[in-house]
Amino acid sequence: MSPVLITQLTIFALAVFVGFEVISKVPVVLHTPLMSGTNAIHGIVVVGGILVLGSAHGWFEVSLGFAAVVFGAANLAGGFVVTDRMLEMFRSKPRSGKR
Amino acid sequence: MIANPTYLQLSYLAAAILFIFGLKRLSSPAHARSGNLIAAAGMALALVATLMAPDLGHRGLILTALAIGGVAGVIGARRVAITDMPQMVALLNGLGGGAAALVSANEFVQVSHHAFVHGHAASFTNLFGLAIGSISFAGSLIAFGKLQGLVSEKALTSGALRIANIVVATLIVLASGLLLGGGAAAWYWVLMAAALGFGVGMVMPIGGADMPVVISLLNSFTGLAAAATGFTLDNTALIISGTLVGASGTLLTQLMCKAMNRSITNVLFGGFGAGASSSGTAAGGAAATQKPVREISIADAAVLLANIRSLIIVPGYGMAVAQAQHAVRELADLLAAHGVEVKYAIHPVAGRMPGHMNVLLAEANVPYTQLFDLDQINSDFAHTDVALVIGANDVVNPAARTDKSSPIYGMPVLDADEAQHCIVIKRSMNPGFAGIDNPLYYEPNTMMLFGDAKGAVTKLLEELKSSG
Repeated sequence: MSPVLITQLTIFALAVFVGFEVISKVPVVLHTPLMSGTNAIHGIVVVGGILVLGSAHGWFEVSLGFAAVVFGAANLAGGFVVTDRMLEMFRSKPRSGKR
Repeated sequence: MIANPTYLQLSYLAAAILFIFGLKRLSSPAHARSGNLIAAAGMALALVATLMAPDLGHRGLILTALAIGGVAGVIGARRVAITDMPQMVALLNGLGGGAAALVSANEFVQVSHHAFVHGHAASFTNLFGLAIGSISFAGSLIAFGKLQGLVSEKALTSGALRIANIVVATLIVLASGLLLGGGAAAWYWVLMAAALGFGVGMVMPIGGADMPVVISLLNSFTGLAAAATGFTLDNTALIISGTLVGASGTLLTQLMCKAMNRSITNVLFGGFGAGASSSGTAAGGAAATQKPVREISIADAAVLLANIRSLIIVPGYGMAVAQAQHAVRELADLLAAHGVEVKYAIHPVAGRMPGHMNVLLAEANVPYTQLFDLDQINSDFAHTDVALVIGANDVVNPAARTDKSSPIYGMPVLDADEAQHCIVIKRSMNPGFAGIDNPLYYEPNTMMLFGDAKGAVTKLLEELKSSG
């Protein structure tokens, strides 16, 4: 195994534990926002899209990369906006008046 | 490959820390919104840093693609109704999976170009990212179709589908093995096609009631696919974020399975949602029509509700379908104004995704302090005057506690039958999605109020208001 892979696996293993630790504290009430919030976070894959598009040669590589960035960006932007809309609604007391 | 300068690495580390802080703030509804904003700030940081990478080509194209995707995402997210949230979550998840698959494919093609010089076998992480990303993409789109009503929500199980699934699964294993051994690049596209097919075949047999499990599972798949692309591109931001999402999805999948007392393999391959076709439940359904049920009129129900001190509302998917959450909240407010103690009992798998009922009720302005989950509220039913079941079925089925032959035996349920009276609002005596008969309806203290959730609750509300 290369040293790079060892480092990657170390990061991966620690992230698994941090993930379980943090997520297990999220109350049941917020499970949908949790899901759409993590949905937005995996939109980080757009960074991968940018990097591959940035080094693409020829129309095939460019179109694959372009599609990846479009998908990733939609995932990311949509995820955060939808989560924000949901979280805005959660209140401990009813809103005064009608919207 | 683009080089990874130090400032880029540090920005990724900062972004990962912001994601973790953001998720930590989701531990309470009071400051959850700021958590989401913190995570978004982390994302912005990672994006800007990446765009500043010195040897990045095609900047114009990158910005165009970001603008197209970003604008489409924001518009979609702003326009979607809260009631359509399950399909929105499925769609966004599919986009992420698709992006991960495309990134993997692009990397493979680029590396293959140089392979003539170096000799090359595909890396495991690349194949993993491609396969899981493709499965998640296709599976999420089918889930979206089912939730949107474009694809039948019924559990579609047939021998042909089962065989097709085995064939594509074999193809996935075969193509991966060949590629790892340095096989022809054509196998890469076979792998992609097979993984897409597997995604379709995996979700098609899932019935509506099992959607919360599948949505969580696909969520975790996309996370893992993103993490895999992080390994391939040697990018820590992707590894950490993808893994966080993978952990979250896995945890939710476990919770959903536990809430149904079933294993993930049973949900995926059990064909449980097709229960109506199995002999046991069909016989139960036939016997059910023989048993008497007590019906209650709107007027009588209103009189009953006007004279109680405590009420527990048990919402289910029927409330979501009828979009009755606002009417339900008005009814609860009116009763609360008359001194009735009102609580909501939320089963973890009520609805089509984890937390579905909570989001709907929050939209209707119900404070989350009135929402209780199974463990918190189950002991309260016994000293509650009325349990009002609105469009829920399997999650209040007492057979899960008592009847060993029931397909849902052992599933934790809300004990609505233990309340003094139980009013069930339901469209007809048809069994729910799982096709399982519900003995609750024949209990002596249960009264059936037939009608769609919104209509029935609205009429109850008018009746209560007019009688003062």
